[in-house]
Amino acid sequence: MKAVAATGAAATLPQAARLVAAWGAAPGRHGRAHVQRRWVMVIDLAACDGCKKCTKACQAEHLVPFEQEWIRVYEAANNQYDKYSMPVPCQHCEVAPCVKVCPVNATFHNPDGIVLIDHNRCVGCRFCMAACPYGARSFNWTEPKHTPAESFAQYSPEYPVPHRKGTVEKCMLCAHRVKMGRLPACLEICTKEGMRAIWFGDANENLVTNGAEVKKLTQLLGEGRAFQYKEELGTHPRVYYLLPSRRDLTNSSAPRPAAPAEDNSDPNRP
Amino acid sequence: MTPTDLDVRPEEAPVLRPLQHSGPGFWLLIATLLGVIGVGVYAYVTQLRIGLGVTGLNNRISWGIYITNFVFFIGVSHAGTLISAILRVTGAEWRRPITRMAEAITVFALLVGAPMVLVDMGRPERLFNVFLFGRLQSPILWDVISITTYMMGSLLYLYLPMIPDLAQLRDTPGFSPWRHSLYRQLAVGWRGSPRQHAFLEQGIGAMAIIIIPVAISVHTVVSWIFGMTLRAGWHSTIFGPYFVIGAIFSGIAAIITAMGAFRRVYRLERFLTPDHFQKLGYLLLTLNLLYLYFTVSEYLTISYGAEIKDVTLINALFYGAFSRMFWVMAIVGLILPAILTVIPHLPVVDRLRRVPLLRPVPATAAALVMASLAVGVHFGAGPQVGAIGGISYETILVLAAVTAGAAVLALLPVLRQRPVASIVIASLLVNVGMWLKRYIIVVPSMALPLTRSEWATYRPTWVEWSITAAAFATFILLYTLFAKLFPLISLWEVREAPASAPETAHTQEAAA
Repeated sequence: MKAVAATGAAATLPQAARLVAAWGAAPGRHGRAHVQRRWVMVIDLAACDGCKKCTKACQAEHLVPFEQEWIRVYEAANNQYDKYSMPVPCQHCEVAPCVKVCPVNATFHNPDGIVLIDHNRCVGCRFCMAACPYGARSFNWTEPKHTPAESFAQYSPEYPVPHRKGTVEKCMLCAHRVKMGRLPACLEICTKEGMRAIWFGDANENLVTNGAEVKKLTQLLGEGRAFQYKEELGTHPRVYYLLPSRRDLTNSSAPRPAAPAEDNSDPNRP
Repeated sequence: MTPTDLDVRPEEAPVLRPLQHSGPGFWLLIATLLGVIGVGVYAYVTQLRIGLGVTGLNNRISWGIYITNFVFFIGVSHAGTLISAILRVTGAEWRRPITRMAEAITVFALLVGAPMVLVDMGRPERLFNVFLFGRLQSPILWDVISITTYMMGSLLYLYLPMIPDLAQLRDTPGFSPWRHSLYRQLAVGWRGSPRQHAFLEQGIGAMAIIIIPVAISVHTVVSWIFGMTLRAGWHSTIFGPYFVIGAIFSGIAAIITAMGAFRRVYRLERFLTPDHFQKLGYLLLTLNLLYLYFTVSEYLTISYGAEIKDVTLINALFYGAFSRMFWVMAIVGLILPAILTVIPHLPVVDRLRRVPLLRPVPATAAALVMASLAVGVHFGAGPQVGAIGGISYETILVLAAVTAGAAVLALLPVLRQRPVASIVIASLLVNVGMWLKRYIIVVPSMALPLTRSEWATYRPTWVEWSITAAAFATFILLYTLFAKLFPLISLWEVREAPASAPETAHTQEAAA
C-alpha cells in the first residue's frame, strides 16, 4: 500500500488490484486495527459517454426493484452545442440533509462515511426524499418482486437485499463490495467498457483508482478542475465531478502539474 | 345561580334539546358519514395491503394530499384553543357562547389531522420506532412532541370549562343510565361551591395562558418540516409565522362555519348573534390581510431575487401547471372572503341593484347556463374540437367566467342584507382556499426538478380522495357526536357573563 502511494503518479492494473485488496482487508478484521477510511467517488464527465451501463450494472448488482435508478444519468449541457452526460449517484454528503431529518436514525453514516439505510428501522415517512437536494432516493411503493437470487442474500444495510416494501432505497456506494476488496459495480462496468469515467478511493490515503490505474486524489481533482454537485448548498458531497470539457483531455494519462488558470504565452510550453 | 340549579332556564332549552332528542336528520347524517368513512377504511385497507403504490405518489412527488390534509387539519385546530384562549386572556366578554365550539374544533381537528401522517407512512406498523429511536434533531420529532402536547393541552382546556355544565347534566333527569354515569364521572363531584369555582377559574386561566405558546409552536414546527429542507418554495425564514397566520386564518373560518351550521340546525340564534359573526368576521378579515401580506412578501422576495429555481417555481404557480389552482386559491380563498367580510359596511354595493343585468335571478341563470355549457364541451366534445355554433371553447370559458363574475356581483346586495350568511360563506370559501393553498405549498415544490430533468406530475387516486373524504367525514362525525353528548354552548359561562354584555351586543347590532 505504501509502495503504491510512493509511485504517486499513474500506476497500473496490478497495483490497482493490490490497492483495492488492501482497502478490503483493513477495517477491523483479521485482528488488524481499524483503519479510518473516507471513501470518495470521482466521476469524469469528460470521459462519460452517457451509455447508462453503470445504471444497469447497479440494478443487476443490487437486484434493484421497480427499475429504480440508484445512479441516474442525466443529459446536461453547457450550451446547446456543448452537451454532456452526468451520472448522479447518492452524493454521500458529509453534511447529509437526509441524515439530518430522519426521525428514527434509519439513515446514517457508517464509520467510513457512506450514507446507509437500515431498512428494518425505516418508517417510510419519506422526509429524507423531501430533504435530498439531489433526488437520489427512491421508495418501494409496493412489495418488490422477489427473485430467487434475492432469497440467498443476507440483508444488511450495506446490501439491502431482499428489498422491503414501504422503505426508502438509494445508492450504498457498494459498501458490501468495498469491504470485501472489490470496487463499486458502476465503476467496474465503466472501466470494462473502456470509458474509465468513475474513480473510487480513500480520501485519507489520497488515492483513487478506476480499476485500471491508480492516481492521487488531489492530483486527479486538480487536473480535472473538479467540482462538487451543488456545493453551494454546503452538503459537502463525497462525489466529485471532473469538468466535461478540459484542455488536459487529450493526454489525461500523462499527469502534469496543475497549470495556472490563465494560459498566456509561455515559451517553455510545448 | 349555581350550575346545579334544577329549574332549567327556558332560554337554555335550544342548547339542551339536541342532547335529549335526535330527529331522523341526525341519523341520516350519521349513516352518510359512516358510509363515507367506510369507503375510506376500505381504501386504507387496500393501501395497507398493496402499499402506497395505490396512491398517485411517486419517487419525485413523494408527499401529496395526505400531507396537505395533515397541514390543513392542524391549521384548523388552531381555531379553537388559540382563539378562545386569546379572547379569554384579553377578557373579551363576547367570547362566552363560542369558546366551547372553538375548543372542540381543536380537539377533533387534531384527532383527525395527526393520523394523516400515519396514513402517509410506508411502514405504519413501525410507528413506535419514533419513540424507541427518535432523534430530537429531526423536525418530525419536534412535531410529535409539539402536537401531542397540544392534544393533551387542548383536551384539558376543552374539559375544564365543561365541568360545571357536566354537573348540570348529571343533575338533569331523563338521560339513559350510561349517559348519567358518564356525566357523573366527568363532573368529578362538582357542586359549584365558591372554593371549587376559584380552583376552576384558576385552572382555566392557567391553561389559557399555557396553550397559546403551545399552539404557536405546533404550526411553527409543522412549517419547519418544509422549511428545514433545501427546496425552493419551502426553504424560507418566514415559513413559521406564515404557517401560524395561515392556521389561525383557517381556524377562524372553521369556527365560523361550525357556528353557522349549528346556529341553523340547533336554532341557537339567541346565543350566536349576528354580533358574534360580525366580530369573528373582523378577525377573519384581519387574518386574511395578514396572510395576504405574508404571501406577497414571500413571493415578491423570491421572484425579485430571481434565483433560477425560485423563478421556475413562481412561473409554474403564476402562469404554468399550477396556475389554475393558484389563482382559484387567491380569488376564492383570499379576495372573495375579504369582500364578503366587509360587505355589510359597503353601501355602494346597493347601487348594483340598479343595473338590470346584475339582478340575482338573471345573472345566476346566465352563469349557470354558461358554466354547464363549458363543462359540457369540456367533457363532451373535448376542448380541441369543442365548438357550439361556431363559438370556440375558449370563448365559452371566458363568457362563463364573465357571467360567473356578474353572478357574484349580483349576489353582493343580497348578502349585504344578510351579514351572517355572507360571513359564513366567506368562511366556507376560506376553508376551500386554504386547503388549496396547502396543496400549493406541498406539491409544486416537490414537482420542481432538482436535477436536470422535467417537472414531475402527480394525480391523486381514488384511494387518496376516499381517505381524504373519510377524514373530513370523521371530523364532522366526531363533532356531531360531541354536540349530541355535551352542550355546545358553555351555559355556566354565558350565565355568569356581566349583565352589560348583551346590551353592548344589541347596540352593536343596531349600529350595524
